Amino acid sequence: MKGLSKDRLWSIAVLTPSIILIAVFVYGFIARSVYVSMTDWGNDPAQALALDPIIRWVGLANYQELFTGFLQGRFRQELVSTIFFTLFFILGCLGLGLGLALILDRNPKGEGLWRTIFLFPMSLSFIVTGTIWRWMLQPGGGVNQAPTLLGGQPSTFGWLSSTDALWKFDWNKLPLLTASVVGLVLVIMAVRAARSGDRTRTLVAAACAALLFLWALFIGPNIKMLPAPELHGFNLALIGIIIAAVWQMSGYTMALYLAGLRGIPEELREAARVDGANDIGMYQHVIFPLLAPITLSAMIVLGHISLKIFDLVYAMAGPDNINTSVPALNMYLTSFRQNQFALGAAIGTILLILVAFVIVPYLSSQFRTEEGHA
Amino acid sequence: MKKALLLAAALAVTTSASAAGKLEIFSWWSGDEGPALEALIKLYKQKYPAVTVDNATVSGGAGTNAKAVLKTRMLGGTPPDSFQAHAGQELIGTWVVAGRMEDLSSLFKSEGWDKVFPKDLVKLISQGGKPWSVPVNVHRSNVMWYNPAKLKAWGVTAPKTWPEFLKTCSTLKAKGVAAPLVVGENWTQQHLWESVMIGTLGSANWENLWAGKLKFTDPKVVAGFTTFGKVMDCANKDASGLSWQQASDRIIDGTSAFNVMGDWAAGYFTTTKKLAPNTGFGWAPAPGTTKTFVMLADSFGLPKGAKDRTEALNWLKVLGSKAGQDAFNPLKGSIAARTDSDLSKYNTYSRSAAADWKSNKIVGSLVHGAVAPESFMSAFGAIIDQYVASRNSAGAAAAAQQLAVRAGISK
Repeated sequence: MKGLSKDRLWSIAVLTPSIILIAVFVYGFIARSVYVSMTDWGNDPAQALALDPIIRWVGLANYQELFTGFLQGRFRQELVSTIFFTLFFILGCLGLGLGLALILDRNPKGEGLWRTIFLFPMSLSFIVTGTIWRWMLQPGGGVNQAPTLLGGQPSTFGWLSSTDALWKFDWNKLPLLTASVVGLVLVIMAVRAARSGDRTRTLVAAACAALLFLWALFIGPNIKMLPAPELHGFNLALIGIIIAAVWQMSGYTMALYLAGLRGIPEELREAARVDGANDIGMYQHVIFPLLAPITLSAMIVLGHISLKIFDLVYAMAGPDNINTSVPALNMYLTSFRQNQFALGAAIGTILLILVAFVIVPYLSSQFRTEEGHA
Repeated sequence: MKKALLLAAALAVTTSASAAGKLEIFSWWSGDEGPALEALIKLYKQKYPAVTVDNATVSGGAGTNAKAVLKTRMLGGTPPDSFQAHAGQELIGTWVVAGRMEDLSSLFKSEGWDKVFPKDLVKLISQGGKPWSVPVNVHRSNVMWYNPAKLKAWGVTAPKTWPEFLKTCSTLKAKGVAAPLVVGENWTQQHLWESVMIGTLGSANWENLWAGKLKFTDPKVVAGFTTFGKVMDCANKDASGLSWQQASDRIIDGTSAFNVMGDWAAGYFTTTKKLAPNTGFGWAPAPGTTKTFVMLADSFGLPKGAKDRTEALNWLKVLGSKAGQDAFNPLKGSIAARTDSDLSKYNTYSRSAAADWKSNKIVGSLVHGAVAPESFMSAFGAIIDQYVASRNSAGAAAAAQQLAVRAGISK
């Protein structure tokens, strides 16, 4: 019993219940969902809710169905929508949050009051935000009527009902596009490695990029995921939802940035000034680099919110509006309205993987720095 | 409801269940529809005073929330004694095929319901020759609403067929009505699609479509999609932002001329908007569906393993009785499923609908769960949305056919 001091035993005893609960209710259920996503549960309506359903193992067929199935165009559009939504939502929150934080950092009159006002939307639930903005963005509602206050014509933009889309691309070109983007990133990595004189890294990155480009040139164009071209793009109806989401979360980003700004020692700013930096130069070379870690954490927090978003869209546009729909909504409808539990579980698993892309690198980097400190 | 729950809890503690009798009814009738359900419960209590009725309501339009709660309860092995479901495939495709419902043939026989319910209706609620639920009320889906005064001012009449409708549409557009037809969010577009399709195909082909005898890829159906596209060209562009009530408002204020909506709109016009039938608002069967009654109905079934089976059977008897239906429907604004109801209790619109119910060919509605299972219906919305965006009739028909195969409707 060496090494098992009383303290250690205590800590084990206290931790065990929560470890067991998390193992069962988080990881156990994740495993269960992943398993269900590889079965055919619910593909036959007669078996979906039967007392003893016959469930067969089908491997990755549900995933294949989602990405290449004729009927799952809705899911593919949602995936594209989520990417655009995440991009604009994060950019909007970071831009607005940083702007507000910079203004407040100059200690304007009534700073505390402003801070509270900007942070306040965050205390609302997405359902409340969604309901408010749904009213304001109605076809004949507040925002569209706003120009009449200045004597103009009421706007007719369909905030949540527009069916137009921008930047459309054919889903069949997706492997090609992905390969090109990844290839480009690899080229940039190779160039950077070459500059810093890391030869092996340069060679590996360049070789990978060359392989990808070769593939994209010769094999990629011949891959047909769908029999007919299927266009997906950025639906204009999402703009309204992005505005509402940014309205709610930019205050939070502001608070993060404000904390970061307050954490920058005055001496650094003074030193910059002594060295002859003007305001712009100081922000560009001193303050913004010091805020980079804050930007990263904000991106991760916002990123996982936007990938999982459900309630805001549900409240603003309803569940049956494919122009604004997101994968989480589709997962709910597929599982609990269409009773296609396996397909729903597959969508859930894809969402989990997407969120993992955001969270895991962050966690591992956190873990590494903590280890380093210890 | 809280009171009822408390009472039920108290009873469960103090007496054994068998002595007092208990009945749990699961529905999504709350708010406006609450009083109608209360009237039924009152009637039940008059007949069976010893039974405690637990009215478990989960609110939410068309039962979207209630259905999710119901699934949890059924899968968890604690079914309510009797639950509400849209009559037809919504119940059959989800619960009957899963083997979780009791066959109600003997009840239909002992109560003589085979004779008082129209044959077409019994066919819609049956699978394998056996009825599975008791329809309480009937709504009509294929009704076109308009504002009589406005139509007169524009000099048009309610069109009788869809080609005629398109002509009227261009006349109205020439007179400066930007959107002669008003539609709302997705389901109201599916609702319109159903009327267009029945109006183009005819009721017999509509039945064949759901029996798997007519394919969605058939040229007739593809032509129906094309007509639907032309009809949608007459509609407003901000559709998905409008509820059906907001869409109905545009008929009254004259922004649009026509709206195809179920006959719950009559209740909205008379009760909420205080308009008189025939002068404040007018109605006609949707174009091309004059002698057809596209019906949807709420019904109650008996799940296997219900704890209070006798009480539940008595509840179903009350639901199907003439007294029960005539107590419920005037309050709900629907008509009785029975053909022998006392019409003096109903309003002007309902009387005209009841007359049609007796004389017309009855077919089931798609979007309200009568002819297709949930697995088809809820994915069909995406096809309509994609069609409205792309206007590709053949593509939409092919997608619908695949969906029908997946849902087990077609081969």
